[in-house]
Amino acid sequence: MRHLLDTSDLSREEAELVLDVTQQMADAVTGREVPKLPALRGRTVVNLFYEDSTRTRTSFETAAKRLSADVVNFAAKTSSVNKGESLRDTALTLQAMGADAVVIRHPAAGAPQRLTEWLDGAVLNAGDGTHAHPTQALLDAYTMRRRLGGVEGRTVAIVGDILHSRVARSNVWLLSKLGANVRLVGPPTLLPKDIDGWPVEIGYDLDASLKGADAVMMLRVQRERQNAAFFPTANEYARLYGLDERRLALLPDHAIVMHPGPMNRGMEIAATVADSPRATITEQVTNGVWVRMAVLYLLLTNGETR
Amino acid sequence: MVSPALRQNEEDPSGKHILAADDIGRILDRIAHQILEKTKGAPDTMLLGIPTRGVALAGRLADRIRRFADLDVPAGTLDITLYRDDLRRNALRALGPTELPPGGVDDQRVILVDDVLYSGRTVRAALNALYDLGRPASVQLAILVDRGHRELPIRADYVGKNIPTARDENVAVRLTEYDGFDAVVLTGGRER
Amino acid sequence: MTDTLIKGADLLGRGRADVLIRDGRIAETGSLSAPGARVVDADGLVLLPGLVDLHTHLREPGREDAETVYTGTRAAAKGGYTAVCAMANSYPVADTAGVVEQVAALGRAAGYADVQPIGAVSVGLEGKRLAEIGAMAHSAAAVRMFSDDGHCVWDPVLMRRALEYVKTFGGLVAQHAEEPRLTEGAQMNEGAVSAELGLPGWPAVAEEAIIARDVLLAEYTGARVHFCHVSTARSVDIIREAKARGANVTAEVCPHHLLLTDESARTYDPVYKVNPPLRRDADVAVLRAALAEGVIDAVATDHAPHAPQDKDCEWAAARPGMLGLETALSISVLALGGPTEVDWDLLAERTSRTPARIAGLDAHGRDPEPGAEANLTLVDPAASWTVVPADLASLSRNTPYAGMTLPVTVQATFLRGRATVLNGTIAEEIQ
Repeated sequence: MRHLLDTSDLSREEAELVLDVTQQMADAVTGREVPKLPALRGRTVVNLFYEDSTRTRTSFETAAKRLSADVVNFAAKTSSVNKGESLRDTALTLQAMGADAVVIRHPAAGAPQRLTEWLDGAVLNAGDGTHAHPTQALLDAYTMRRRLGGVEGRTVAIVGDILHSRVARSNVWLLSKLGANVRLVGPPTLLPKDIDGWPVEIGYDLDASLKGADAVMMLRVQRERQNAAFFPTANEYARLYGLDERRLALLPDHAIVMHPGPMNRGMEIAATVADSPRATITEQVTNGVWVRMAVLYLLLTNGETR
Repeated sequence: MVSPALRQNEEDPSGKHILAADDIGRILDRIAHQILEKTKGAPDTMLLGIPTRGVALAGRLADRIRRFADLDVPAGTLDITLYRDDLRRNALRALGPTELPPGGVDDQRVILVDDVLYSGRTVRAALNALYDLGRPASVQLAILVDRGHRELPIRADYVGKNIPTARDENVAVRLTEYDGFDAVVLTGGRER
Repeated sequence: MTDTLIKGADLLGRGRADVLIRDGRIAETGSLSAPGARVVDADGLVLLPGLVDLHTHLREPGREDAETVYTGTRAAAKGGYTAVCAMANSYPVADTAGVVEQVAALGRAAGYADVQPIGAVSVGLEGKRLAEIGAMAHSAAAVRMFSDDGHCVWDPVLMRRALEYVKTFGGLVAQHAEEPRLTEGAQMNEGAVSAELGLPGWPAVAEEAIIARDVLLAEYTGARVHFCHVSTARSVDIIREAKARGANVTAEVCPHHLLLTDESARTYDPVYKVNPPLRRDADVAVLRAALAEGVIDAVATDHAPHAPQDKDCEWAAARPGMLGLETALSISVLALGGPTEVDWDLLAERTSRTPARIAGLDAHGRDPEPGAEANLTLVDPAASWTVVPADLASLSRNTPYAGMTLPVTVQATFLRGRATVLNGTIAEEIQ
C-alpha cells in the first residue's frame, strides 16, 4: 500500500489490517501518561486542503501529531479549478520540501490520483469531489466493529444524497467487501444512474429499509439541492427521508445511528435522534483519529518510502 | 500489504543447537533466584516481556518466583513496535498489545525481559516506550542469551548465557509456547 | 514544377497503376514511363484521395501556444490530409469576414493543406445573435459551413433562423449536439463508470435530444444540418430514420469514439477528457457499424490541441479535447476492419470524398483520374507505428494513443502535386 485513494483499492485483508491496527492505536494511546507515540518522528505530513473542513483536517493533524510526525498545514485557498496555482506546481513544491505524506482534500474527483503522478510521498485522500473519502468509510466500519461486534453479515442502510456523496461510495465498496449487506435509500434523483452493478440493494422507501437494519447512516443533504430540482422542498425531503423518532423506533433495539457530519438537524436527522444514545456521531469523530493514525502508520512504515 | 516480516520466522532447523530444553530450564531457575536475591525479595517489582518471546520468558520467570518464594511478581507485556528506529527502512510490522499489571509502572522496579540481547536497539526502544507509560523507580534487564555486538551502551542485569557469535549468524530462541519445543539454535554464518 | 511519377501504387485497392502528376493535376494513369519525372516508388502502397477533415481546431488566432495554422496543417499533412475545415472557436471567434479570411490566408501561406474556415453561427459563439453569416459566405474565404462547435446552438429559434439563412447559398450548419441544461458541470459519459468515479455525467440523451430536434428542423426548413462528433448508439438510430425519410442531414464520427471508451476515465488522466465524452463499448460497436453502413457519413478528427497546463491538472479543470489529425487514418482503418480487411474505397469514401462533398471542397476527394487535382495520399498498409507524443507534428501532446501501436503509415501526401510529406517525413520546403 503506497497510497490510500479509495477503499476500492484495498483487499479485504488490507482493510481488516487497517481496522486491527486502528484498535491497536486506540489501545496504545488510551490512558497513557504521554498520549504520543514516536513512530513517525522526523517524518513530515502535509495537510493540503482545498476545501474548508476543519473537522477532517484537525483529525488528520491530531493523528499525525500523536505519531510524532511534523505537520504542515498548506494553505490552499485556491486551486487551478478557480485559477490559483496549478495542482501540479503545488505538488512539485511539496516534493521539493520533502513531504513524506500528503493528505489532500479537493473538490475535484481524482485530484489525489493525479497527485500521485507528481509526488514521491504517500498520498492520502481526505475526500475528493463526489468520488471517495476512504478514511471516513474506515472509521465508520471501525465504529460498527466496536458497537455491533463486527461488519460481516450486518445490514447497513445508507440514506440520502448518494449521488453527491463520497462517503457513501467509499462505504459501499468497503462495507460490502467486509461482508455487510448494504442498502442505499434515497429519492431516485439523488441516486446515480446505472448502479445495477453495485453490491447493494436500492430502495426508495425509508421505513421499509430501516426494518432489520443494524446500522443506519444518514448523509448530509444540502438544502440548495432543491434549487436544482433534486427534491421539491426541504420539508418534503425531511418527511420522506429524514430520520425522526418514529422511524428510529422502526429499527431493532441494538441498531446504531451514524452520521459523517456536519449534520443538518431537522433535515436528514431530527435533533432528538442526533442526541440519542444510539447515535454514534461523536464516537465516530474519536474513532477517526485512531483510523487516521493507523493509515499514516501503515503508509509511512511500509519500507517503500524514502 | 502483509509483509513477510509479519509471518512466523521459519529458520533452518538444521542449525547448531546451543542450548537444549533442560539448559533453558536451569538458566531460568538461576535468573529467578538472582532476581529474588538482587532485589531483596522483589518488592514493588514487575516483569515486562518484550514481544514476542520475551513475553513467555517473563511469564515463566514469574511462575518460578512464585514457586521458589511464594511471591506474586506481576508480569506484563511491553510492545515496542512504534518505538523502533528502523520503521522507515524495514517492511511493515504489526503492533502488539501492551498489557501492564494493574497500577501501572509508576514507582515500580521494572524488569524488562527479552530473549536475545544483540545491538541493544530493542532495549533502547523499550526504555522509551516505558517512559511514555509512566515513571518507574528503576529499570533492570533480564536476557536469555547475550550474543554480543552491542551498538549502544546497554548491558543486562541478568544474563542466561553469553554466546559469542559472528554478525552473519543468527540466534533463534525456540519456546514451547510458540514453537512446540525449547531450544536455542545458531544458524547461518560461514564455515568455522 | 517537375513532374512526379507514382510508380506501382494500388489505386484505392482496385489494382496497380502508375500515376503521372503534372502541373498539380493528374496527367495520366496506367503503365507509364516519364523521363525526367521524379519517381516515387509505390510498390506495395495504396494511393488514396487526400483526406479531408471536417472538424479541426487550429487554435490560431488566440491560442498559438497550443497550435498554429502552420503546425496544425503540418500535422494534417503528416496524417494524410490535404484539406481541413477550421472550427470557429478561436480568439477572436471566427464570426466575421475578417477572421475567416485571416485563417484562410494563414493556411495558404503555410502551404501544407487547404484550410477552409468554418464560420460561427452566433456572435462570439454565445448562442444569442446570428453572426454575419452572409458576409462570411461572400468573403474571400467563401464560408459554407457554420458551427458554434464547443457550444450547441441550443435556442431552437436561433437554429431555425440559421438554417433558413444558410439555405440561400447552399450552406449548412454543423451542430454540436449537446443539450446544455442536461450537461451542466458534466465531465464524462453518464453511466456505470461515472457513478463509480463520482464525476458528473454527460448523458447520451443530451446529444440525442438535440439531434432529434434538429432533424425535425432540417425537415421543416428544408435546410442542411450536419451533426458533429456523433457519439451514441441512439443518435445513430435517429439519424438512420431521418435519412430514410429523406431529411437533408449528414453526420460525422471522431476516431476516438470509434476506439476508446469511458473506462479510460478511471485513470483520471484528462488526456481522455473530450466533449462529447468517450462512451460505452456498445456505442463504439454501433458507431463502427454505422460508419461502414453510411448512416455516419464521414470520419472527422475534432483535432483539439491543448497546451500542457490545460491537461496537466485535475480532470475537472482540464479542457476537453484530444489530438486527432496524425492518428485518424490508422484508427479509421482499424474501425473499418483492420489493414488487411479494410475496403480502401470505402475508407476513401468516409475520409475523403464524402467530407469533401459536405464541405463543398470540389478539388478534394477526387479519385486519381486524369484531370483531377493531385490531392493524394500514399499509405503503407503493411506498416505499423507506435505513437510517441514528442514525435508528433502538432505543437501539442495531448494524444490519448501514446504508446499504442497503430496500423498503416502515411508515406506521402501530395497537395496539388506538391509533396507535403515524402517517405513519411514532412517536407520542409514544399515543391
